[in-house]
Amino acid sequence: MTEVIATNQTILVVGGGISGMTAALEAAETGKKVVLVEKRPYVGGRVTQLYKYFPKLCFPTCGLEINQRRAKMNPNLTILTMAEVTGIQGEAGDYTATVKISPRYVNDNCTGCGDCATAVEAEFDNEFNYGLGGVSKRKGAYLPHKMAHPQRYVIDPAIIGTDDAEKAKGACKYNAVDLEMQEETIEFKAGAVVWATGWQPYDANRIQPYGYDRFANVITNVEFERMADPQGPTGGKLLRPSDGKEAKNVAFIQCAGSRDHNHLLHCSRICCMATLKQTHFVQDAWGDEGKSTIYYIDIRAIDRFEDFYQSVKANPNVSFIKSKVASIVENTENGNPVLHGVDTEGYNRYASEYDLVVLAVGMEPSVDKASFPVDIVVNEEGFIEPAPENGGIFAAGCASDALDVNRAVQQATGAALRAIQVVNRVAGTEG
Amino acid sequence: MSDLNNTMINKYRTSFLKEVEANVEEGEWVKMCMQCGVCAGSCPLGKHWAHPPQEIFMMIRAGKREEVLTSDSMWMCTSCYNCIARCPRGLPITHIMHGLAHYAQRLNLVPQQQPTQRFAKVFWENMLKKGRVNELKLGLSLYFIDGFGQGVKNAMANQKLGQNMMKAKRMSPMEILGGHGVKNPGELQKIIAKAQALEDARISGNS
Repeated sequence: MTEVIATNQTILVVGGGISGMTAALEAAETGKKVVLVEKRPYVGGRVTQLYKYFPKLCFPTCGLEINQRRAKMNPNLTILTMAEVTGIQGEAGDYTATVKISPRYVNDNCTGCGDCATAVEAEFDNEFNYGLGGVSKRKGAYLPHKMAHPQRYVIDPAIIGTDDAEKAKGACKYNAVDLEMQEETIEFKAGAVVWATGWQPYDANRIQPYGYDRFANVITNVEFERMADPQGPTGGKLLRPSDGKEAKNVAFIQCAGSRDHNHLLHCSRICCMATLKQTHFVQDAWGDEGKSTIYYIDIRAIDRFEDFYQSVKANPNVSFIKSKVASIVENTENGNPVLHGVDTEGYNRYASEYDLVVLAVGMEPSVDKASFPVDIVVNEEGFIEPAPENGGIFAAGCASDALDVNRAVQQATGAALRAIQVVNRVAGTEG
Repeated sequence: MSDLNNTMINKYRTSFLKEVEANVEEGEWVKMCMQCGVCAGSCPLGKHWAHPPQEIFMMIRAGKREEVLTSDSMWMCTSCYNCIARCPRGLPITHIMHGLAHYAQRLNLVPQQQPTQRFAKVFWENMLKKGRVNELKLGLSLYFIDGFGQGVKNAMANQKLGQNMMKAKRMSPMEILGGHGVKNPGELQKIIAKAQALEDARISGNS
């Protein structure tokens, strides 16, 4: 049974992505007791799946390493992985949280040696690579990614009860595989809650005219990010999914599902910069042979990102077409997607063929409006409002709005401060 | 050019957009267009239009009154509703196109040989007589729209189609004697006349 020591001076952080980690660490480093609940088997969230950050084009692994080290060193912080908050009762200064913990089937004897993965035969699509999961699969016993924290393997529940599970157990020299682990539900107290459940990419299947569900060579920006990563499904090579051909002529479609009353009403803010960044991946991979074409309504490279936009614009291998693409069809002879639409600068009708099309899909809140386990004020787009009715529950990062990493971290620090104020009040009344 | 046209030119000298907003059905939506072009790209007849919808909207905002109102573009719309379905801002583009066509017709600015508006007129007059469309008379009026000689040629060319329609009871030769209609066409005509008067009053109130 998992033991969590918590009082109503403890801060509960829901979600261990970059925002949740930041809020948890900032609060823990001021001396507060913090419990971080994360649904995935590791912390870091979607940032772990990014290849590079904009605008510096540096690696997220760097910041993650610092945060993971801070987490390891801090005795005030308890991290629960594979755990989900199913209910929160009470009021500011006196909450009781119910948390469901799924079995990992691997205990903390695990050294991360990987012998279990070698022994297991069953393979699954690797969810870490989004829709490109089938390109290079993962085993039934696996480490979600190279620098996963905690550095412990996970056994897929689908192999429990099969020979593969026994093989994993047999291969482990450290007695770390525990096939008897059960799902458990625990309850503990908290004085304040930081809600940092983050975002998910908008479901591209719903943008019917772009044929994401029908054409292999139409992918999303998060998938392209995995493709560019040397740890990704193609080993960092830009190879298109249908036939493994080198993707040298790449089109990017902006506002794919954002700013659209049929899809997401809001501007997701990050997709323009993400695409501008990804044109660098094309340039870096193929030099002058790599061509990027960006179809846009308007480029929203806000404040200091303007310089980045201007430098991409100056690259002769990147062209900009002011047009929302109307539809995509596939050239059945070579598998190339063909983009149809009208260029609104000059009103030219085009039918342009590319090796690969990247849909710059937007951010939607990962928790559905209707399924919050606690009463909370949510706006039209599904993001949490900073409302007084929320009591001691504060949104951090993308649970509050569509934000890039930089802004999410700033916002999460603010949320941590709000939570600290609540538990300080509790300490005042109790002490 | 009609008097109403001159009045409108004087009244809205500075802003064609305001004129459209006040007088064209759903015209108040025009300013919401963000020029993404998805309507133009989605239009199945798009390549036959002189100006696709988002260009028309830009021309309205740029004050290109005559080019817009004398254009045949909005008459090319077949009401497939692809543009409405895809417009990210939810503009009722099909309805705006019909609104513009109707307004241009009211101001007598439509290119006279534009086939859609000629058809529309014949259809409307045909329907108004009895409150039901008389297929036989509609067909004949369209055959003879360009004069007697051409009418005979058209009728001969479509002889087989006409016969098949009669065989399939889609069209009756008896329709030539008055034809079917609603119970009281006179009342319907009064309703239409009243609606017409209300709309005239609204537009002249704006002029």
